[in-house]
Amino acid sequence: MATIKVALVGQPNVGKSALINSVGNARLRVGNFSGVTVKKEVVRFSREGYDFEITDLPGSYSLTDYTIEERITKHYLDDNDYDLILNVVDSTNIERNLYLTTELLALNKKLVVALNMTDEAVKEGVNIDEHQLGKILGVPCVKTSAIEKTGIDELIQALIKTYNLRENRFHLQFSEVYEQEICHIVSFLEEKKIQCKISLKALAIKLLREDKETYQRFHEEPVWVELQPIVNNGYQHLYLHYDTKDLDDIFNDEKLALAKGAVAETVQFEKQVKTTFTDKIDSLLMHKFVGLPIFLFMMWGLFQLTFEVGSIPMDWIDAFFSLLIDATKSFLGDTELASVIADGAIAGVGAVVLFLPNIFILFLGIALLETTGYMSRVAFLLDGFFHKFGLHGKSFIPLVSGFGCSVPAYMAARTLKNDRDRLLTLFIIGFMSCGARLPIYVLFVGAFFAEHHAGNLLFLIYISGALLGIIAAKVLKMTAFKGDDEPFVMEMPKYRLPSLKLLWHTVSGQALMYLKKAGTFILLASVLVWFASNYPKQPEVEQQYQVKVEQAENETAISALNNELALYKLEHSYLGVIGHASEPFFAPLGYDWRMAVALETGLAAKEVVVATLGVLYGLGEEEDESSSGLVDKIRANISLPAGISFIVFVMIYLPCLAASLVFMREAGSWKYLAYLFVFTTVTAWILSFVAFNVAQALT
Amino acid sequence: MTLDNLKKGQSATVTAINASKELKNRFSSFGLVKGANVYTEEYSLAKKTMEIRINKTRIAIRASEAEKVEIA
Ligand SMILES: Nc1nc2c(ncn2[C@@H]2O[C@H](COP(=O)(O)OP(=O)(O)OP(=O)(O)O)[C@@H](O)[C@H]2O)c(=O)[nH]1
Ligand SMILES: [Mg+2]
Repeated sequence: MATIKVALVGQPNVGKSALINSVGNARLRVGNFSGVTVKKEVVRFSREGYDFEITDLPGSYSLTDYTIEERITKHYLDDNDYDLILNVVDSTNIERNLYLTTELLALNKKLVVALNMTDEAVKEGVNIDEHQLGKILGVPCVKTSAIEKTGIDELIQALIKTYNLRENRFHLQFSEVYEQEICHIVSFLEEKKIQCKISLKALAIKLLREDKETYQRFHEEPVWVELQPIVNNGYQHLYLHYDTKDLDDIFNDEKLALAKGAVAETVQFEKQVKTTFTDKIDSLLMHKFVGLPIFLFMMWGLFQLTFEVGSIPMDWIDAFFSLLIDATKSFLGDTELASVIADGAIAGVGAVVLFLPNIFILFLGIALLETTGYMSRVAFLLDGFFHKFGLHGKSFIPLVSGFGCSVPAYMAARTLKNDRDRLLTLFIIGFMSCGARLPIYVLFVGAFFAEHHAGNLLFLIYISGALLGIIAAKVLKMTAFKGDDEPFVMEMPKYRLPSLKLLWHTVSGQALMYLKKAGTFILLASVLVWFASNYPKQPEVEQQYQVKVEQAENETAISALNNELALYKLEHSYLGVIGHASEPFFAPLGYDWRMAVALETGLAAKEVVVATLGVLYGLGEEEDESSSGLVDKIRANISLPAGISFIVFVMIYLPCLAASLVFMREAGSWKYLAYLFVFTTVTAWILSFVAFNVAQALT
Repeated sequence: MTLDNLKKGQSATVTAINASKELKNRFSSFGLVKGANVYTEEYSLAKKTMEIRINKTRIAIRASEAEKVEIA
């Protein structure tokens, strides 16, 4: 079977990823803002007897090196091997989208245009004659809708047909003046029998645009001596005709004229809607006075829901795992195997799965923010505020992703052009508490505070984390990352009501990831924690206690002795030794050695913190009649000030191992990771210390 | 007059853009070029950021960038 390699190119937010999800049954991330896809992603499927290999590329407004993701797209198109380009276009904003199309046509590769968002175009009365447009551009144009799944078969047919074309005619017609200069250069190149991967016309255009790589290539060759005057001559003509010496301006002018011309001939705008749906909503949500309060209120509501609704199934899950632990123990008896399964694996995994409902609601909230188009609005509302603290308005997008998980957030920072802005954003993403920290907050807030305050407290934790991050940004900007501000120019998408399917697909994907992590990584970590907390064995001490138990007089004495032994064993286990060693560091913050260990294991993943607490506080009272819930155990073993101080520490200190590695990759050096470690640990320690002492003074 | 002075709800035509090459290219890919018609949709609280519309494209832009766009 032949493989058709397709490069998927288009402006941001036109539905490239959504289209491939429809065509190839993929699960690429889709969202209603510019810059959802930030790295190339390959989707493979077979259809009509062909294997398709489609590379989804980050959206770019034009083929420039403006930001990292745009560089990815440009370099992919220049350097990689692919059979054809699929250019996805937003039908409702076709003129602007055709700027990029003309640039792609100038590359002289096989090309198919997908006129996406046809459903919206129909609603807005935008009527495109795709056959006529295809004739003008010289490439097939197909109307599609990624949401309603129309035009998919036609698109596949067009791809196959274009793939099988033998020759590739250059169809783009610039203005007469421009064509003339191209013609001069081309005829010279022909005379000299220059060999080139791309067509000579495409090469001539590159020369006329002062393309760096093309120049570098020719510079070394003898032909350059003769070529240079011809190209130079061309420049002079263009300068004269366009009355500017900026070659970019000249080419942009050509692009615009081409797009305008094509639209004039092929598109009819049937009705002129005065105020659109988007206008109406925006007059409220983007209002200068009520806009921000509305946003804060919605966030407050989200955390209220996260706790209130999330806690309903939580009780059932908690009860279920307690039951499972008891059942396992009674089934397997009082053996090591029973303990590793029940107290290690089940207790650890259970502690993490317990918070799935909360995570689910939080992710749903973030997904709504990302898919409705509201996110860019909030970035707009916050830009002034952010700017005061030295942050770029666009930083808001990676920061919001950070509430879900830091890993994609670090990558989303790629949309920031300036390296300094990007590094600054990378440094403070960790302050946005990720989904994996939510369980810790829910656990502690649930243990120490009345239920009707819990939602408010969660909101408070997240907001103060974010504020701390912004203050940290200011500090970093004044010390480490001094420099000028970058321009802020960001497209505002129109509002879109996400389909239930899209929401489900987004949220269930993330929830599944969470469960998968619980079933693999957390399971392993829990078993490790169990081993480290049960070994080395203390046979002599056990014998001593055995003797004491035999001599004991009544039941209470025996139970007291047993508890004493369990505690002794725990404290002298590997984990106990580690915990005690680091206790002095954490003691001023009010933590016992178990909390210290939980924080340390949390460096692997934040979910492990709860898992560790689950295992450690579960083990001390092995002789209990029934295992009580994790929340009760926390309440019984930890004081309120220590709990608050623990929350503060978790809010600030280093994100998990996976995130740290991604951070290192995106920041570009391990040194930054070392800085981040020191910076977050010191900040966390100081603020927890303050929190502990204040809380102690107050209670 | 420059774009940052355009009042909410008013429109104007771009007469010149005095920005760096990069910013100019970015503007042009949004359709913000000489001769284009711009419309002011909204200002943020401190007037530091504004939302403008060119044809069907809405963009958020800082006043410090809008200053570089001359209108009439
Ligand atoms: N109504 C409608 N909405 C669509 C269609 N295709 C995509 N969308 C929506 O448009 C938005 C953008 O879709 P994406 O697939 O993320 O866009 P993209 O081109 O991959 O964007 P980047 O990765 O940022 O470059 C999402 O909200 C989609 O639900 C369509 O055909 N019709
Ligand atoms: Mg995408």
